[in-house]
Amino acid sequence: MASIEMKNIVKKYGDGFPAVNDVSIDVADGEFVILVGPSGCGKSTLLRMIVGLEDITSGDMVIGGQRMNDLAPRDRNLAMVFQNYALYPHLSVYENIAFPLRLKGDVPEQEIDTKVREASKTLELDEHLERKPGNLSGGQRQRVAMGRAIVRDADAFLFDEPLSNLDAKLRGQMRTEIARLQKRLGITTVYVTHDQTEAMTLGDRVAVLKRGVLQQLASPRQLYTNPVNLFVAGFIGSPPMNFLPATVEGNTLSLPFGSVEISEERAAKARDRGLLIAGIRPEHFEDASVVDTRGGTTFTASVDFVEWLGNESYAYIPFEAPPEVTEKLLELEKDLDGDAMRTQMVVSLDGASRITEGDQAEIWVDTSKIHLFDPSTGENLTVDAGNAGSSPALEPAHAGGAHAAQ
Amino acid sequence: MATTDRRTAVGTGVGFVVILVWCLLPVVWILSLSFKGVDETAAGSPQFLPKDWTLQNYKDILANPDFLDALRNSLGISLIATLLSVVFATLAAYAIARLEFKGKRVVLSIALAIAMFPVVSLVGPLFDMWTAIGLFNTWPGLIIPYMSFTLPLAIWTLSAFFREIPWEMEQAAQVDGATSWQAFRKVIVPLAAPGVFTAAILTFFFAWNEFVLAISLTTTTGSRTVPAQMSFFVGPDPFNPPYGQLATASVVVTVPIIIIVLLFQRKIVSGLTSGAVKG
Ligand SMILES: Nc1ncnc2c1ncn2[C@@H]1O[C@H](COP(=O)(O)OP(=O)(O)O)[C@@H](O)[C@H]1O
Ligand SMILES: [Mg+2]
Repeated sequence: MASIEMKNIVKKYGDGFPAVNDVSIDVADGEFVILVGPSGCGKSTLLRMIVGLEDITSGDMVIGGQRMNDLAPRDRNLAMVFQNYALYPHLSVYENIAFPLRLKGDVPEQEIDTKVREASKTLELDEHLERKPGNLSGGQRQRVAMGRAIVRDADAFLFDEPLSNLDAKLRGQMRTEIARLQKRLGITTVYVTHDQTEAMTLGDRVAVLKRGVLQQLASPRQLYTNPVNLFVAGFIGSPPMNFLPATVEGNTLSLPFGSVEISEERAAKARDRGLLIAGIRPEHFEDASVVDTRGGTTFTASVDFVEWLGNESYAYIPFEAPPEVTEKLLELEKDLDGDAMRTQMVVSLDGASRITEGDQAEIWVDTSKIHLFDPSTGENLTVDAGNAGSSPALEPAHAGGAHAAQ
Repeated sequence: MATTDRRTAVGTGVGFVVILVWCLLPVVWILSLSFKGVDETAAGSPQFLPKDWTLQNYKDILANPDFLDALRNSLGISLIATLLSVVFATLAAYAIARLEFKGKRVVLSIALAIAMFPVVSLVGPLFDMWTAIGLFNTWPGLIIPYMSFTLPLAIWTLSAFFREIPWEMEQAAQVDGATSWQAFRKVIVPLAAPGVFTAAILTFFFAWNEFVLAISLTTTTGSRTVPAQMSFFVGPDPFNPPYGQLATASVVVTVPIIIIVLLFQRKIVSGLTSGAVKG
C-alpha cells in the first residue's frame, strides 16, 4: 500500500512533442484517482510512467515515499491491467494468475495455490482455471487480468482503459465490480479512461487532462458543479453543458433567448467583459408549467425537436451565435474529440412535461447554476475556487487561466 | 447445384490421386528396391515389386561400419548445427524485431544475401581455409558453414514471428516482476514456438541433406555424413552401383526426417497467439 506523488512530470517522445507536460498529481494511500481526457491527451503515457514502462523526461515520481524514476517496472511492485488485457495465451488461467507469484521464486507452491484460488473465487473464475485465455469471453479475460493483479499484494493498481473492449452492459457490471473490489482491498488505484461516466462513477478524485496538461483535479461533484474552464465543463456531463453567447450589463445576463437576472456576486465577476460564453447544464432548465418557478427565470423559446425517454425528455432549441462564439465552440469540440455541437441548446425536461415539437414553450432556468466563461481563454469566471479541487488555472502564478486554456 | 458439387468432388479427388502418385512413386520405388535382392536389382529390366521379399539389404547396411559412422556424423552434425542455429537466430531475431539500432536494414540485407549465395562457390575457399586452420574433415568444419547458410533464413522467419507478438505481453511480464530475460524466456519464446520449430526443421533438413560441402570438406568416415558416404558405396560388381544398398540407405536416412516432421508438426499449430489480446 502506498501513496503516489507525481511532481511536475514531463514526457517528451523522440519528436520533442510533450505528450505529458508539467503534470503534478498526488494520489493518497488507498485513494481511487481517475485520469480522464480525450484520446491522445497523454493519459496512458502518464500511467506508463508510473509503472515504469516509459522513461520520465523530467519531474519526480515518488511512490510510497521513495523516488522511483530510475527503477525498472519489476522493482516498483505495482500491478497493471492493460487495455488489451495482455494475458499469456500459452498459459492456463490458473498459471496466468500465478505468474507474478512464480516469478518471485520463493513463494511456496502451497501459498501460490491458496492465493490463486482465493483470487479466482473473488472474481468467479473457479470453473475456468484450467482453460486457456483464448477460449474465454471478453469479460472473463478482463477478470483474469484483474486476478493477475490482485494476487500480488501490490502497492497500487493501475488500469489502462480496462473496460473499453467490452460491450455496454458488461462494462456497467465490471465497473461496479472494480469499484467494489477497490473499496474492499482499499488499495491505491490509478485508472485511465476516456469515458466521463466511468470517471464520475469510479473515482474519489478525477484528473482531467487536455493535450498533456492537467486541467483540473477534483472530486466528481466538484468537477461537475465547478469546472475551471470550458474544456472541463464540456467534457464532464452527458448530455454536455450548453454553451451560449452572453453579455452581462448590471445584473442582467443577455442570452440568445432573452435576458435573465443573475446575482450580484456572479455579475460582478463577469461585468464589462464584452461577449462571454454562458454554460448551462441541460437539467438546469425545466418546463415552467411543471416546476415551482421561484428562484429562477422563465423565457419563451420555440422547440425544434423533443426526445421523450419516459422519466425525462430532451428538447432541442436552436439559437443564433456570433462568429467569435461559434469559432470557439468549434475549437472546443475538436479538443473534446466529440461530435459536432450544433448551435442548439439541449434542455432536459420532466417526464410529465407536455411540450412537443414546434411549440412555443415556456422554459424555466435556474440562474444560480449558470457559469460564465471568457471566450478567449476559456476560463470559468464564475468558478467557486474553494470548491473546485486543484488546477493550474487556480494557482496564483497562473492567475487568469491563460495556461490552462492553451 | 448437386451435379456441380459432385463434379467438383470428383475433380478434386482425381487431382489428389495424380499429385500423390507423382510425388510418392519415386518413394515407393525406393522402398521396393530396398526389399529386392542383388540378383533382382542387377537384372536388366527389374519389375516394380520384388519377386522375393528380403531384408538382406537392411541387415547388410546396419552391419556396415562405414554407414553407421556416417549416420552418427549426420545426426551429430545436423543436431548441433540446428541447435546452435536456432539459439543464435532466436536471439538475433528478437533483437531485430524489438530493438531500434543503426544498421538494422544492413544486417537483414546481408543475411538475405548470404542465404542466396550459391553453396558451390564457397567450396574452394572453404577447402583452403579449413585445411589451413585445421577444420578440414572435422564436425565443426561442417557445422560452421551449415549454420552460416541456415541462420539467415531462420532469422528472417523468427523475426517475422516476434514482430507478431504484441509488445504488451512483454511489458505485462515486466510489470508482473520479470526481468527482461525472464520475460523473453517465459513469455516470448513460448509464444514464438511455432517459429522456433519451423526454423529448427528448416535448418535440420538443410544440414541432413547437404551433399556438396559434405563431400568436399571431408576425407574419412570420421566426419563424413550419410549423403556423402552413400557415394562411396561399392557393391560386388564394381561397374554396377549397389542399387539395393543405396535404396536401403535412403530409406534409413529418411526415417528420422519423417519422425521429426511428425513430432514437430503438432508443435507448429497456428493461432497459438490467439487470445493474447482482445481477439
Ligand atoms: N511511442 C510513442 N512515440 C511517440 N509519440 C507517442 C508515443 N506514444 C504516444 N505518443 C503520443 O503521445 C500522445 C499521448 O499518447 P497516449 O498517452 O497514448 O494518449 P491517450 O492514452 O490519452 O490516448 C499522443 O499524441 C501520441 O501520439
Ligand atoms: Mg491510451
